[in-house]
Amino acid sequence: MKTRVLGLVAFLTVATTTVIGLLVVPADLNQGDAQRIMYPHVASAWLAYLSFGVTAVAGIGWLWKRDLRMDSVALAGAEIGVMFTFFAIWGGMMWGRPIWGVFWQWEDPRLTTTALLLALYVGYLLLRRLTDDPERRATRAAIVGVVAAVDIPIVHFSVEWWRGLHQTATIASPDRVLDPAAPGIFVLTLLGTVGAFTLTWGYLMIRRYQLAQLSLAREETARLDLLMSVRSAEVAR
Amino acid sequence: MTDAGFVIAAYGVIIGGLGLYVVTLWRRIRAARKGR
Repeated sequence: MKTRVLGLVAFLTVATTTVIGLLVVPADLNQGDAQRIMYPHVASAWLAYLSFGVTAVAGIGWLWKRDLRMDSVALAGAEIGVMFTFFAIWGGMMWGRPIWGVFWQWEDPRLTTTALLLALYVGYLLLRRLTDDPERRATRAAIVGVVAAVDIPIVHFSVEWWRGLHQTATIASPDRVLDPAAPGIFVLTLLGTVGAFTLTWGYLMIRRYQLAQLSLAREETARLDLLMSVRSAEVAR
Repeated sequence: MTDAGFVIAAYGVIIGGLGLYVVTLWRRIRAARKGR
């Protein structure tokens, strides 16, 4: 019931911030309407970081406690993170074409490291399909999930470490938190969208975790059925 | 394509993708519950 309420609140806040971002907030003086893409783009990028961070922490949790619920959390983070990484890349491309003149540039460190992040976690999800043994699968995935998380700070700080097309942080920078390089109404809309998307992320994480737990239970039932049929065949012989 | 076209393409895929994922997730959960 609480999860349903969370889902409803998430839906309403996403709908509201989408309408505000598209129709209420004025267009940017320099970037025009294309700047509106920044709201879901930045929110998606933040949730990609958060999702993969959760996957890494849950992976460590599995390696430490050997509790398969940790692996279910890690799986939820990876799958949802892949989706938000794709959204961040897509939004960035749709903004980049009218503002930069190109959809994509491989020489840009932020773009390339983000593409690598997507590839790493698609690989993580594919790796999980290689074995049916839940414990072996969880251990392999945890190791990959922890190693792949090294790319998260590289993606985030790539704009500070190297030169490229992508601009440096507008808000999420220590010296700009209280004095962001954007008008207040834009910052508020951005924070609202980030909040709405984060609520949605919470709802999706809960539901994806539930699905992972159901799949685990089904795997266990299938394994027990197989054992029983083997035993029955041995007794009948 | 105009700026508005890029905005619609961005929001369409992101918001539409979120909606599609939610519906797919519900269906997968329902199928998993029935399969037990």
